[in-house]
Amino acid sequence: MENFNLNLFFAILFQLAQLLVVVLLAPLLTGWVNQCQAWLQNRSGAGVLQPYRVLRKLFHKDAVMAHNASWLFRVTPYIVFGCMWLAAAIIPIIAVDLPFSQAADVIALVGVFALARVFIALAAMDIGTSFGTLGARREMLVSFLAEPALLMVLFTASMISHSTQLPRIVESLAYHQFVLYPSLAFAALAFLIVLLAENARIPVDNPSTHLELTMIHEAMILEYSARHLALIEWASSLKLLAYISIGVALFFPYGIVEAGNWAGLPLAVVWLLLKLLVAGAGLAVLETVTAKMRIFRAPEFLGTAFLLAVLGLLIHFLLGA
Amino acid sequence: MDAVGILPLDVVGWLVQFWIALGGAGLLLQRTPQFINRFVFPLSALTSLLLAAVGVWALAATPNIMVLPLGLPDLPFHLRLDPLSGFFLILLGGASFGVSLYSAGYFKSMAGETLGLLCLEYHLFLVGMTLVLVADDAYMFMVAWETMALSSYFLVTTDHSIPDIRKAGYLYLLIAHVGAIAILLSFGVMQAGLGIGAYTFDTMRAGHLTEFWSSVAFLLALFGFGAKAGVLPMHVWLPEAHPAAPSPVSALMSGVMLKTAIYGILRVTFDLLGTQLWWWGVLALGLGLLTAVFGVMFAAVQGDMKRLLAYSSIENIGLLLVGIGLTIIFHVYGKDTLAALSLIATLYHSLNHAMFKSLLFIGTGSILHATGERNMGRLGGLIQRMPWAAALMLVGVLAIAGLPPLNGFVSEWLMLQAFLLSPGLPNNYINMLVPVAAAVIALAAALAAYVMVKFYGVIFLGQPREKSLEHAHDAGKWECMGMGWLALACVVLGLAPVMVVGQLDQVSQMLLGTHLGNAANDWVFLAPVDTERASYSPLYFLLAVLGVMLLTSVLVRRFYHGRLRRSPPWDCGFPAQTPRMQDTAEGFGQPIRRIFEPFFQIERDVPSPFDTHPRYHGQTEDRLWYILYLPIKHITEKLAALAGLLQHGRIHLYLTYTFVTLIVLLVFV
Repeated sequence: MENFNLNLFFAILFQLAQLLVVVLLAPLLTGWVNQCQAWLQNRSGAGVLQPYRVLRKLFHKDAVMAHNASWLFRVTPYIVFGCMWLAAAIIPIIAVDLPFSQAADVIALVGVFALARVFIALAAMDIGTSFGTLGARREMLVSFLAEPALLMVLFTASMISHSTQLPRIVESLAYHQFVLYPSLAFAALAFLIVLLAENARIPVDNPSTHLELTMIHEAMILEYSARHLALIEWASSLKLLAYISIGVALFFPYGIVEAGNWAGLPLAVVWLLLKLLVAGAGLAVLETVTAKMRIFRAPEFLGTAFLLAVLGLLIHFLLGA
Repeated sequence: MDAVGILPLDVVGWLVQFWIALGGAGLLLQRTPQFINRFVFPLSALTSLLLAAVGVWALAATPNIMVLPLGLPDLPFHLRLDPLSGFFLILLGGASFGVSLYSAGYFKSMAGETLGLLCLEYHLFLVGMTLVLVADDAYMFMVAWETMALSSYFLVTTDHSIPDIRKAGYLYLLIAHVGAIAILLSFGVMQAGLGIGAYTFDTMRAGHLTEFWSSVAFLLALFGFGAKAGVLPMHVWLPEAHPAAPSPVSALMSGVMLKTAIYGILRVTFDLLGTQLWWWGVLALGLGLLTAVFGVMFAAVQGDMKRLLAYSSIENIGLLLVGIGLTIIFHVYGKDTLAALSLIATLYHSLNHAMFKSLLFIGTGSILHATGERNMGRLGGLIQRMPWAAALMLVGVLAIAGLPPLNGFVSEWLMLQAFLLSPGLPNNYINMLVPVAAAVIALAAALAAYVMVKFYGVIFLGQPREKSLEHAHDAGKWECMGMGWLALACVVLGLAPVMVVGQLDQVSQMLLGTHLGNAANDWVFLAPVDTERASYSPLYFLLAVLGVMLLTSVLVRRFYHGRLRRSPPWDCGFPAQTPRMQDTAEGFGQPIRRIFEPFFQIERDVPSPFDTHPRYHGQTEDRLWYILYLPIKHITEKLAALAGLLQHGRIHLYLTYTFVTLIVLLVFV
C-alpha cells in the first residue's frame, strides 16, 4: 500500500511535469518545422525560437476586438488553449504513468479536439465577416471527414490492444508483442493525412498563406489579435504536438518507459526529442514537396484517409492482425 | 412505501386524471388566458415532474399491474408499470416539465377558443403518451396510441388557416395511420392462436410463435413504429409536421413522441416476442445507419431552422435504431454484457435526445416570437439581442453535437464502446459489418457537429441580416425557466453518467436478464466493462479544462495586462461590407450539397453574370419523395379513378349493382 501510494504520487507528479513540458515545448516544435522548411527552401530562417518571440510580442500588445464581438468570441481562445493543452498532456510520449488518462480515453480525446474545433468555428462566425464564415465552413468541411478517420485509426489500435486507454494501448503495442500489424500500416497512412488536414498544413491548408481565398484556419482567426491570437497560435502548436504525439504513441512507441520505471526517464526524454526532431523534419519535407490542392479536392483526399482507416479496421477484424 | 398501500401505478393514474382535468379547465376557462398561462401550464409542469419521480420509483419497484373497470364489456383496460415503462416515464416527465414551463410563457399571445382547444389537446397528448407507456393490452395500447396521434394532429394543425400546415397535418395523419395499422396487425399476429380476447400482453408473452410468425410480427412492428419514429423511408412527415406545429408541440413530438415508438420496438422485440433472430438486428442496424446518414445529410442543407432540427431528429432516431439492432445481435449470440451495454447506450441516447432536442425546439419558438422568422437566412447576430436564449441554446447545441463533457457525448461514447468490444461474434459477415457501422456512426456524429455549427452560427452569431432584427427581444421569464431546466438536464446527464447508467441497468435486467454494473466501483469514473479497457470521467474532465482555462487567464493577466480596445471589424481593404455577405444557411450547407449531390433532388436557377437584376433560387428536395411516394400516389389515384367509373350517383345503377352481386353470389355459393 505504501509503495502504491508512492507510485501514485510520482505518477501525479509526472503528469504535472508533462503538463508543463508540453506547453513549454510546443512552440519549439513549430519553430523547428518552420526552420526546416526555411532550410529546404534555401532561406536562412528566423531560428527555432521565433515562435516564442512572436508569442511574447503578441502578449504585450493591446487586444483589438470588433464592436459586435460577443462573450463567445472572448472566451474561445481560452477554451481552445485549454483543450489542446489537456489533449497534449494526456498522450503518453515519455512514460505511460498518466493518471489523468483515466478520465479521458481515445474517444474522449477526439471529443476534446472536436470541442475546440466547434468553438473556434463558432467564434469565427461571431463577427460576421465573410472570411470568418468562409473559414468556419471550410474547417467543418475538412473535419467532418478527418474526425471519423482519426477515430477509426484510434479504433484499430484499440482493437489490437483491447483497450481505449492510451497508456494501455502504448503498453500493449510497445512491450507485449513485437508483431507487425498490417492493419496499423493502413491506419498510419490514414493518420498522416488526418494530421496534415487537422493541423492546417499543405496540401489541405497553408499555414503561411496570405491569400485569403485559400485560407482555412487563418481565415477563422482573422479577427483575433494580441493575447487572444497568442493563445490560439500557442494552441495550434500544442495541437501539432498532440497529433505528432498520437502518431508516436501508436506507431513508434519504442522508448516510452513502462509504468513505475522512473529510472528510465532520462533515456525516454532523449528518445522523445529524437522522434520529434525527425517528425518535424519529415513534416517540413512533406510540405515542401507537395502543392496545396483546391478546396473541393480536400474531401476526396480526406475520403481516402477515411477509407484507408476503415480498411485497416476491417483487416484487423478479418485477419485478427 | 408499499406498506402504505400506494403503488407507483396508482400515482400515474392520479396524475393522468389531473392532466385531463387541467385540459378540461383550460377549455372551459378559455376566456381568461392569464389563468391558463399562470396556473394550468405551471401545474401541468409540476405534474410532469411528479410523473418523472414516479418513473424513478418504478425503476426500482417490482412491476405493478392494474385492471381498469373501463373499456368494452369483457375487454377491460390492463395497465402495467415495469422498469422499461418507468424509464420512459422519466423521459416523458423530464422533457415535458421543461416544455410545459416554457408553454406558460409561450402561449401568452394566444386567446379564446384557440388557446382553450390547444390546452385541452396538449394535455390529451401528454395523457396519450403516458398511457401508451403503461398499457398492458393491445386494445388499451391502440386506444392510447390513437389518442396520441389524433391529439398531436390537432396540435400540428393549430394554425389551420394556412394551407401548407393543413397539408403537413394530413401527411402526418396518413403516415401515422398506415403505421398504426401495421402495429395492430403485429399485435394480431402475436395473439393469433391464443384464443379470442387474448389481447393482453401477458398472454402474448406466454405464447410461442414459430420463427416465421415472430419474424412477421417483428417486421410489422418495425414498420409501424418506424413510421411513427421517422425511420427511412417513412420519414417524410417529420420535416413537414415539425415546422408546422407550434414550437412546444414540436418539442414534445420530437423529444418524446418519437421515443414512444422506440419504446414500442423495444417492448415488442424484447418483451412480447420471446426469441429474437440475428437478422432482425442486422436489418435494424442497416436501416438505422441509412436513416442516420440520410437525416444528417439533409439537415446540413436546410434553410428553415425547424426543418433542420426535424432532419436532425431523423438522424438521432437512426442512431437509436442502430443501438437496438446491436442489442438484438449481441443478445442473440449470447454476448450478455455487450447486449446490456448497447441497450443502455440506446436508452441513454433516447433520454439525451429528449432533453436537447426539446431544448432546441422551444428555443426556435423564442426566436420565432422575437423575430417572426423561421428562415435562418434572415436571422443572425441574435446573441446580442437574446443573450439568455443564446446561452441556453448553446448548451443544447454542444450537447447534440456530441461534445464532452455534455450528455450527447456520453451516449455516443457508450455506443462506440459497444462497437469496439464486439469482435468474436460467430457470424463473419456481421463481424465485418460492425466496423463499417462504427465508421458510419462516426461520420454521422461528425456531420452533426457541422450541422450544429451551422444552426447556431447562422442564427445567433454574426451580424443581423435584416433590419427588423434590431427589435428582437429576449425570451421571457417562463420561457427561460423551461429552457434552463432542459439545459440543466443536458449538463447533469453529461456529468453524472455513472448514476444514470446504474438506473438504466434495471431496465436491462428486466429486458435482457443481464446487467452491466460499473467496473470502476466509483461514482466518478464510468467504466462499463473494465477500467483497463475503457473509462471516462466527465467531472474530472470538466474540472481539468476549467482549471487550465482559469490558470491561463490568471497568468495572462498577471504577467501582461487585460487591455482591450473595440474597433470596427477588419474589412480586408474593401469598405463596402454588408451583413448580406455572411454565409447564409444555404451557403454554409453548400459543400455538403456538392459532395453528396447524387442524393439530393436539386433545383437551381443561377443568374447569368451579365444579369442586371440577378435572382438566385435554389431548392434541395428529398429524392425519395419522387422515387417512392409520388408513384404510390399516382397508383392510388389511378385505382380511385377506376373505382370511380362504377359510381355515377344514380340510385337505380347502384340497385343494379346490388342485384348483380346477389345473383353472382347465388350462382357460386
